[in-house]
Amino acid sequence: MSRIRDNYENSRCLKIKKWIDGEVDLLASGVEIEAPEEAKEAALPESDLPNPAWQPGMRRPKAAKRRRRNRDGRDIRYFRRIYQLMSVFLCLAIIFILLWTVSYLPAFGNAGNPDNNEVSARYIESGLQETGAVNIVTGMILDYRAFDTFGESCVLFIASCCVLVLLRIDAADGDARARKRLREADDRVFEPKNDVILQRCACVMVPLIMVFGIYIILNGHLSPGGGFSGGAVLGSGLILYLNAFGFKETERFFTEKVYRRVTLSALTFYCLAKSYSFFTGANHLHSGIPLGTPGAILSSGLILPLNICVGLVVACTMYAFYTLFRKGGM
Amino acid sequence: MRFFEMILLLSLIVCAVSVGLTKDLLTSIVIFMSYSLIMCVIWVLLQSPDLAITEAAVGAGVTSILFFVTLKKIRAIRREGRHEQDKG
Amino acid sequence: MGAPLFVNMEETISIILFGIGFTMLLLHRNLIKKIMGMNIMDTAVYLFLAVKGYINGRMVPIVVDGIQDVSAYINPVPSGLVLTGIVVSVSTTALMLALTIRLYERYGSLDLDEILIRMKEEERP
Repeated sequence: MSRIRDNYENSRCLKIKKWIDGEVDLLASGVEIEAPEEAKEAALPESDLPNPAWQPGMRRPKAAKRRRRNRDGRDIRYFRRIYQLMSVFLCLAIIFILLWTVSYLPAFGNAGNPDNNEVSARYIESGLQETGAVNIVTGMILDYRAFDTFGESCVLFIASCCVLVLLRIDAADGDARARKRLREADDRVFEPKNDVILQRCACVMVPLIMVFGIYIILNGHLSPGGGFSGGAVLGSGLILYLNAFGFKETERFFTEKVYRRVTLSALTFYCLAKSYSFFTGANHLHSGIPLGTPGAILSSGLILPLNICVGLVVACTMYAFYTLFRKGGM
Repeated sequence: MRFFEMILLLSLIVCAVSVGLTKDLLTSIVIFMSYSLIMCVIWVLLQSPDLAITEAAVGAGVTSILFFVTLKKIRAIRREGRHEQDKG
Repeated sequence: MGAPLFVNMEETISIILFGIGFTMLLLHRNLIKKIMGMNIMDTAVYLFLAVKGYINGRMVPIVVDGIQDVSAYINPVPSGLVLTGIVVSVSTTALMLALTIRLYERYGSLDLDEILIRMKEEERP
């Protein structure tokens, strides 16, 4: 008898019953939300919130607070149960409707599908003569749809500005709080410095990654790649270098001033190079630069400089994200 | 080739489900990285090498690095908070 | 419904991935897991778009040997769209992760419910 009871207590049936009663959350039961030690501390009644930003002035008598917390917690638990059921239903309904739609779509890989229309035919047939780019995708995104790409570079710039606003630590106001945050953000104390394996590997890898990134950017109109992918490769190379040798080495050539100058000049050049078509009646651009022979590296007019601009913006943005996350500044 | 693609697509689903069900955040980030790499191979099979290069550099590289740094940052903040509790 | 779904295998898989990502976004309480679910939804949409541009037995849209026939290359339009989308998804991910770090600094938790409870407590006089 007791064995059956043990089985029941370990079975899924009881777990599902508990989940329906709202006692356990199957999805989040063991997910790391707080540290395990702190979870144990939180089980004790006197434990405090492990929060550095928690002000002592906000504290109320603990019993009232706990009661209030429990009430809030119960409300949220009820809400959570209904919410989970509703969201499961919603997801299943969405998947069902979308799959039903997919079953009416035209077959995969068929040349007669309606999305293979005259737009792509035009790009393929006259793209080489009009843009000079051998890679039709690059010719499309940097010549026919250049404003789209410009907007996207601006999106990257704006995103890095927002991350800067959120994560920047101003060292100028020297009160204790800012100094504490600065020390907290300077998390190099927790990592092994001068890791020999990492440094030796970086000595070999970083030049190769850099050369590969530059190759991808410069060959964007001839082979697969272009500004976006090459810029991301360059940015990852910079991040690897930073990880191996620390901030002191990278700050010799990449500071906030360099970031601002490079990004602004690249975006301004892009803007000026493409936006004068508004003065010529917004028709197709003739940059005046000869298109050259298709396949040569100095060909296809403005595409090569624009590729370099996009690559610089992407590389700087990736590196800026990383340094802002690491230490709250560049 | 179709068979290979089928295997890749199925492993994509396996990766996505296990990202959702893994308890440890670090493990789920690593699985997410492998998800991006499988996606990169699928794009080579779908004849778009531009997307494959971008996904390999951006999806598997930079996004995962940002997740790792966020995790490290959160642990550093937590350690700092506990340190201060011990002192005070 | 079964046979077309198997023929359009890639589209079906991308819809399922979208559903998995959406479920993660709704059901997980951990903020980092939510962001991952959002990323999975992103890639599912990109997979759907890129599959729509594929044509059986044709080449990458890079002009080889001067052949400029439509019947030789796949559709370049979805590739261009997805290429811009991938890079934008990184910037949105970075922005969301920065917001997560700020929330953790303020409330000391990654759990959305916990954060909501603490916000309520602080609003009370």
